[in-house]
Amino acid sequence: MKYLANVATLEYDLEKCTGCGRCVEVCPHGVFVMEDKRARITDRDRCMECGACALNCEYGAIGVDSGVGCAAAIITGLLTGSEPTCGCDGDGNGGSSSCC
Amino acid sequence: MENAAALREVLGDITIIKPAGTGTKFPLPLTGEARGARKLQTALAMTSITEKDAPPKILGAVSADISRTERWEHFKCRVGGFRNSYIVEPGLYAFGEPDANAAVLVSANYKLSFDYLRQELRGLNAWILVLDTKGINVWCAAGKGTFGTEELIARIGASKLYSVVKHRRLMLPQLGAVGMNAAEIRRRTGFRVSFGPVRAADVPAYISAGYKKTPGMATVRFGMRDRLVLTPMELNPAMKKYYPWFAAGVLLLFGLQREGILFADAWNGALPFLLLGLVAVISGALLTPVLLPYIPFRSFALKGLLAGFITVFLATLLPVISDSQDDTLLRAATFLFFPAASSYIALQFTGSTTYTGMSGVKRELRIGVPLYILAAALSLLLLLAYKLDEWGVL
Repeated sequence: MKYLANVATLEYDLEKCTGCGRCVEVCPHGVFVMEDKRARITDRDRCMECGACALNCEYGAIGVDSGVGCAAAIITGLLTGSEPTCGCDGDGNGGSSSCC
Repeated sequence: MENAAALREVLGDITIIKPAGTGTKFPLPLTGEARGARKLQTALAMTSITEKDAPPKILGAVSADISRTERWEHFKCRVGGFRNSYIVEPGLYAFGEPDANAAVLVSANYKLSFDYLRQELRGLNAWILVLDTKGINVWCAAGKGTFGTEELIARIGASKLYSVVKHRRLMLPQLGAVGMNAAEIRRRTGFRVSFGPVRAADVPAYISAGYKKTPGMATVRFGMRDRLVLTPMELNPAMKKYYPWFAAGVLLLFGLQREGILFADAWNGALPFLLLGLVAVISGALLTPVLLPYIPFRSFALKGLLAGFITVFLATLLPVISDSQDDTLLRAATFLFFPAASSYIALQFTGSTTYTGMSGVKRELRIGVPLYILAAALSLLLLLAYKLDEWGVL
């Protein structure tokens, strides 16, 4: 299943890629694949912006705008004028939405 | 010497004996009982003894067996708030009979996650390092940062993992990568992180293949069963957060007469709409998630809207509801409000899927929220018009 087209904020710089393969190892949707000893994007629309690739690329070749992605959190963020947040305090308490 | 006083307080009735040869500032207590062992660990955590003196902390031995009670607990996790305090104590556990060469698997302290992992490891011998994710599963905790680099590094130190295993290799669940910076973990602990398969069931195959996984092992699935198990936690909040307010509002509206609030009028008038409210919740929180790939459009708001129109239309054919639809104002309000409600509820499901992303949800909300507000406002106006018409004012 794929979500909306052309919205993912994934950025990839081939020049910085050293072929370490971490992005392929961590991506849950096969967005990256190794080709000619470098990573290549297969389909940007498969990206769910989880951020695992950007966090694990030590060479700065990948960037993505990842954050809490659930509707309730984004609405909460809009209402409180802050970044999207679930409102639950991370102790597993208080989360009124089911996304925690 | 405040540490020694605190130590004494924690140890209570355990006699403090200084073992020969340790030469540390604070005496190490001896113990042979489980309760004493717990106190010992707390005491050790509080003392400033040198690392080579400290024994590794192993919290217990576990197996692949899941009891009937645990299966019931797992079910309760899926349907309600039981999950909020279903935890295991963070730290190092032995699965089977691991030695210094055995693999180290890392998990979250949500007991469901821990149980899902260990039930797949039958026949293996491994260490399981449980991180303190505040009782949250791996993927969500990784997104929040609790299944994260700092916690892993702290837990490695606290459990003295480096004195338990000779190798310096960790296997992390792939979905934990969202919070784990493998390069930094290597720099600061010397341990090399391998991100194993997505599903625990593939761990034995991954190990057999020499820590290699197939693309299939690295891909998250979202099949019907996966979607179905999430629906209780969509239905539950919808019924607890929204429905009572909706029901109260509708009952009040139909009960409000010139003479005051009449209960008979309230119930008779409101019943069709209370039922339609349930239909909207089921449409958005159960049907849309379960039938997700079969409903047209990629947008969850549109999927929910379409499912809403169809189910609401079918519901209006039922005798208990059809009479209320004879009034044009009520019929218009029905087809405006309930599909929109179903759409909004379906949009909430984006928080539970494995493939929607923040940017897409933001776009949906940017378009959807004004429309939802508009639909709600218009429905309210139509209802008020109905009311005024009923009172002969209009």
